[in-house]
Amino acid sequence: MNLNATFISGRTVNQGCNLENKTSKAYFDAAAYCEMNSGDASSLGVEPGNNVKVTTDHGSVVVPMAICDGNPDGLVFIPMGPWANAVVDPDTKGCGMPGFKGIPAVVEPTDEKAPTMPELMARLK
Amino acid sequence: MSEMRIKNATVYDPINGINGDLMDIAVKDGKIVDSVGGSAQTIDAGGRLVYPGGVDAHTHIAGSKVNVGRIMRPDDSRLNNKPRTKVTRPRTGYTVPNVYSMGYGYAEMGYTTAFEAAVPILKARHTHEELEEIPILDKAGLTLFGSNWMVMDAIREDDLDRLAAYVAWGLLASRGWGIKIVNPGGGEAWGFGKNVSGLDDPVPNFEVTPRQIVRQLAEANEKLNLPHSIHLHCNNLGKPGNYETTLATFDVCKDIKSKRDRQSLHVTHVQFNAWGGNHWGDIESKSEPIADYLNKNDFLTIDMGQLVFGSATTMTADGPVQYANARLLKARWSNGDVELEDSSGVTPLEYHPQSYIHGIMWAIGLELALLTKDPWKVLMTTDHPNGGPYVNYPMVMTMLMSKKRREKEMEKIAELTFDRTSIAGIDRELDWYDIAIKTRAAHAKVQGIIELGKGHLGVGADADIAIYDIKPDETDATVEFDKVEAAFRHAAYTIKGGEIVVKDGEITATPKGRTYWVKATAPADGHERMMEDLKMKFKKYYSVNMANYMVQDEYVEHPYVFETGYQ
Amino acid sequence: MIIKDVLCPFCGCLCDDLAVEVENNKVVDVKHACKIGASKIMGHDRIKAPMMRDDKNGEFREVSYDEAINESAKILANSKRPLLYGWASGVCEMMKKGVLLNEEVGGIIDNTASVCHGPSALGVHEKGLPTGTLGQFANRSDLVVFWGCNPVQAHPRHMSRYSVFNKGFFTAKGRKSRKVVVFDVRKTDTAEMADEYVQVNPGEDYLVISALRAVVADKADVVPDSVGGVPKEKLVELGEAMKGAKYGMVYFGMGLTQSRGKYKNIDNAVSLITELNAHGKHSILPMRGHYNVTGFGQVCAWETGFANAVDMSRGIPYYNPGETCSNDLLMREEIDAAMVIAGDAGAHFPAQSIARMGKVPVIQVDPFHNPTTEMANIVIPTKVSGVELEGTAYRMDAVSLRMRKLVDVDFPSDEEVLDKIIAKIREIKGASS
Repeated sequence: MNLNATFISGRTVNQGCNLENKTSKAYFDAAAYCEMNSGDASSLGVEPGNNVKVTTDHGSVVVPMAICDGNPDGLVFIPMGPWANAVVDPDTKGCGMPGFKGIPAVVEPTDEKAPTMPELMARLK
Repeated sequence: MSEMRIKNATVYDPINGINGDLMDIAVKDGKIVDSVGGSAQTIDAGGRLVYPGGVDAHTHIAGSKVNVGRIMRPDDSRLNNKPRTKVTRPRTGYTVPNVYSMGYGYAEMGYTTAFEAAVPILKARHTHEELEEIPILDKAGLTLFGSNWMVMDAIREDDLDRLAAYVAWGLLASRGWGIKIVNPGGGEAWGFGKNVSGLDDPVPNFEVTPRQIVRQLAEANEKLNLPHSIHLHCNNLGKPGNYETTLATFDVCKDIKSKRDRQSLHVTHVQFNAWGGNHWGDIESKSEPIADYLNKNDFLTIDMGQLVFGSATTMTADGPVQYANARLLKARWSNGDVELEDSSGVTPLEYHPQSYIHGIMWAIGLELALLTKDPWKVLMTTDHPNGGPYVNYPMVMTMLMSKKRREKEMEKIAELTFDRTSIAGIDRELDWYDIAIKTRAAHAKVQGIIELGKGHLGVGADADIAIYDIKPDETDATVEFDKVEAAFRHAAYTIKGGEIVVKDGEITATPKGRTYWVKATAPADGHERMMEDLKMKFKKYYSVNMANYMVQDEYVEHPYVFETGYQ
Repeated sequence: MIIKDVLCPFCGCLCDDLAVEVENNKVVDVKHACKIGASKIMGHDRIKAPMMRDDKNGEFREVSYDEAINESAKILANSKRPLLYGWASGVCEMMKKGVLLNEEVGGIIDNTASVCHGPSALGVHEKGLPTGTLGQFANRSDLVVFWGCNPVQAHPRHMSRYSVFNKGFFTAKGRKSRKVVVFDVRKTDTAEMADEYVQVNPGEDYLVISALRAVVADKADVVPDSVGGVPKEKLVELGEAMKGAKYGMVYFGMGLTQSRGKYKNIDNAVSLITELNAHGKHSILPMRGHYNVTGFGQVCAWETGFANAVDMSRGIPYYNPGETCSNDLLMREEIDAAMVIAGDAGAHFPAQSIARMGKVPVIQVDPFHNPTTEMANIVIPTKVSGVELEGTAYRMDAVSLRMRKLVDVDFPSDEEVLDKIIAKIREIKGASS
C-alpha cells in the first residue's frame, strides 16, 4: 500500500556536520533517509531502516525510512541534500526559489537499493 | 615628482581671504606650493572659477544603514545606471548609490572630502569596509555616542573623566573622527518602542536626561581637545513645534568653551528641527528665531539639511522618527537596533512640491541659510540622502545665489507654503565667495581639518582643487542659474591630491582616498574606571567578545591618524 | 597553543568565543563550539591538488594550479552566459573579487541565498525589515517566536547565546524571562523546548500570519474558527500575547521562504511586526545558514546596488529574481558555463537544475569533494576560510567580524585564485580585442 504524503526537506545537525564530508558514509547516513511518524510507517508496513521509494511529479528516490513522531500524519521529511533534490520542484514560480517544501508525494515500500551520492549525481550528466 | 600649475584661475579661497583674485596655483607632490618649475603640467583655467575641493561635513555615504537602503530599494539601484569604463566600475543608484558611484558623483561636482555622519561602534567595521571602497574621496566617520550605555552610566554616576575615557576608546574602536549624538537618549528608549519627549525627559531605566547627555559629551569633547565639536541631531526631529526644543538645546552648550578655533556645538540638518505649529495641520516655519539665535551667538554652527523634491531615502539613528514616518506615509520600514549603543531606521519617501508640509520644509532650509547673516555659521547640506541626494547640491547652490531660481521653484510649490514661511520675501542672494564658504571652507573649519590642509588653497594645503566651467566676472548667477548649475554639476577639472580625477565632468582616475580618525589620550584614572565598566558590559551584555569588537587596522588601509587628548 | 576568541566558520550565528587548541600546525581540540562547528574546524578529508577532466564521467587527472586556472579563465572568457554561483563559505574579501570577475565576463553572480533567504530579500523589497543586532534581542526580548526554523538542528548555539537561555540586562532570569513559541509544520526538537508549539498546515503559514494581523488590529471577529490548522482561540491568545510583549522577537527560516507563498510569507510577517510596533517593540530576523551568506548580500549590495543574482551581461548590474537566479537560468538552459565557488550547487539544487550543469563546463573552487565535484570539469582546491585564512564575515544580524587564522597551509586562498583568473581573462580578452 502507498502513502499519499506532503514532502518537505530541511537542515539537521548531522547533515550540517558532514557538509564538508559529503563523500563519506556519515553523510549518506545523515542525508539519505525519509522520516515519517510511526502510524504512517506501520500503515506502509515498513520498519526503520527498510527502504522506501518517494515519488513526486519531479522524480523519485529510494532511501531508508526513519521514524519521527513529531511529524503529523502524511508529512514526510528528507534532510536537504542530493536525495531530497531528486524529488523537489525546480520551478521557482518567478521568485528564484525552487520548491523544497510542501510537495505532494507518494511513498511506497521497496526492495530497491538506495543510491550513493555519486550514483545519484551520475544520473544527471 | 609631479608638478602642476593652474594659471589664470579666478580663485575663491575664503580661509585665506582670497575673493575672486585672478592668480596661478602651483602644485607639487600633491600639495599647494609657492611656485613650480617651467616643466610643470599646466592647466589654463582661462579665468574660470576655482574653488578648493568641496567638503561635505554631514552625509550618509557608507555603512549598515546605507546598505539597508540599497537592499530595500532595488527600485533606486535601477536609476542612474552607467556601465564601467576603462577607469570606472559600473554605477547604480540615485539616493543610495553603490560605493563607486558614491565617490564618482562627489568628484564630478568638485568635491574631494566627505564625512559619514553616523557610525555605530559595533558596526564601524562595516562602515570602513564601504569607506575603503569609495574611490577618490578623503573620508571620516562620526561615531554615535548619544544613547550608549557606557556613556549614560558614566553621566549618571557623574564621572566625566570616565566618560571622556570612553569617548576616546570609542573613537579608537570605531576609527572615528568625532562625537555624534542623535536624538540623545531616544535610541535607548526606542529599545522598548518609546522615545524621549525633550531635554528633560529622563531616559527610561538609565535615569539621565538628554540635557545631561548633550552637556556632558560636550564637556568630554573639550576635555579630549577633539578637532570637531559635538555633532548633534536634536530631540523631537520631524515633529511640528520642535523649534523650541532646538533653541533650548542650543542653550545647553552656550557656556562650553572650545579650546580650538571652532564652534563648541554643531547642530545638524536643522531644517528638520525648525518647525512651529502643534500638528501637521498647522505646521509652520520657525527659521526666524533659529537664525536670530545664530545671529546673536558665536559658539555654534548648523547645517541646512535642505529638502530636494523627488525621491529620498531617509536614514538615521533616530529610530522612533523613522517608525513614525513609515506609518504616516505607509512606506517601507527597516529598523536597526544596535545593542547597548543606539537605534536606527531607514524609510524611502518622496518629497512632493504640492504637499505644503514638504513645501514648508523646502523653504525652511533656504531660510536658515539666508536669514543667518554670517555664511560661516550655516553649512550647505541636504543631509544626503535624507533631504535628498547629494547630486542636487548644484541646484541648492543656485537657489542660494538667485532669487529668480527660488521663484521658479516656488511656482510648483503648494500655495499654503507661503503663508507659513518667509522665503518669498527674502531677497538675499549669495555670491561666489559665500558659496565657497558654504560648500567647503566652513565645512573644513567646523570639522577641524583646516590644519590638515583641507578646505583651502594655502601653501601646504592638499592640492584638492575644483575648476568649474564658468567665468565669475562674466556670469550673473542671479539670472544665469541654469548655466551655473550645469557648471557645478560637472567640474571642468577636479584635482585630488594633485592628481586630475575629473576632466570635463568625466572621471579620469580613481585613486584611493584617506580615512581620518582621532586617537585621543584620556585621563588615566578615568580610563581605568572605564575599562572596568567596559569589561563588565562585554561579559554580560554584548553579543560579541571584546577581543573581536574593535575595528582592526586592516579595515583602514589609508589612515590619517589625528593625535590629541587630555593634557 | 590555545587560540582564544575564535570565530566559528559554520553558521550565521558566527559565534566568536571559541577556544581552539593547535599543536604543530594542527587543530587538536575545539572548545565552546557546537557539534557542527567543532566538526568543521577539526576538518575533513580535502582535495589535495587541482584536477581536470574533459568527460564528466571520466576520471580526474591532477594538474598544476596554473593549468587549472588558465583553463578556467579560457572557459569563462569564451562563455556567453557564465554563472558564478556560491559565495557563502568565504570571506568578504573574496566576494569583492567575485563581483569584479562577474564584470569582466559579463556573467551572473548568484549566492546560496537564492535557495535559502532569497525570498526574504524580496519581502524586504516590499516592506523593509524591522530588526536589530542579536545582543539587543538577548538583552530585551520577552517573547521569542521561531517560525519555520529549527535552531536546535541548524543553529545549535543560537538559543543559548542569543535568544532563549542567555541572561541579559532586561532578561536577568534567562529562560524564565521569556515565553518561547514555535510555529512549524512538524514538532521539531526546537518545538519540544518551547512553551507553545503551534502546528501549521504545510503551505498555510501566510494564512496564519494574516489571522494574527487581524487579531493585533482588534479585528478578531473576522477570523474563522480555524486558520491553517490553528484554532481561532489559540490565534487570539497568541496575537494578544504578541501585543502584550515588551520586546517581541520573530526568528524565521526556510519554513517560510521555501513553502507556498515564499516571499509573500516574509512580506506578511514583516507587516505583522511593523504593526506590532504600535504596541511594544518588535523585531524580526532571518536565520541565515552559512556563516557569511549575509556578507555576500552586503558586499554585492554596496558593489552593485543589489544583494544577489546580478546579471552583468548588459554591462550594468541587472537584478530580477525569478529571471537572474541560478535555478531559473539553469531551467531555461541559458547557462553555457558555471563556476561554483564556496557553495555546493550539486548538493542543494533540484536534480533537474543540476542536470543542466551536467551539460556545460563546470569549474569548482572549494576545499572539499562534494556533489558539485561530481559535475565538475575543473576542480581548484583552496584554503578553508576562518580556519586557514583570516578575513571578514557578517553574522546573521549583519554585524561584521574578523575571522581568525588558526593554522597555515600551502593552498591558495579563493581570492588569490580569483585574482589569477581575472588577470588571465584580461589577457585573453585583451588579445582578442
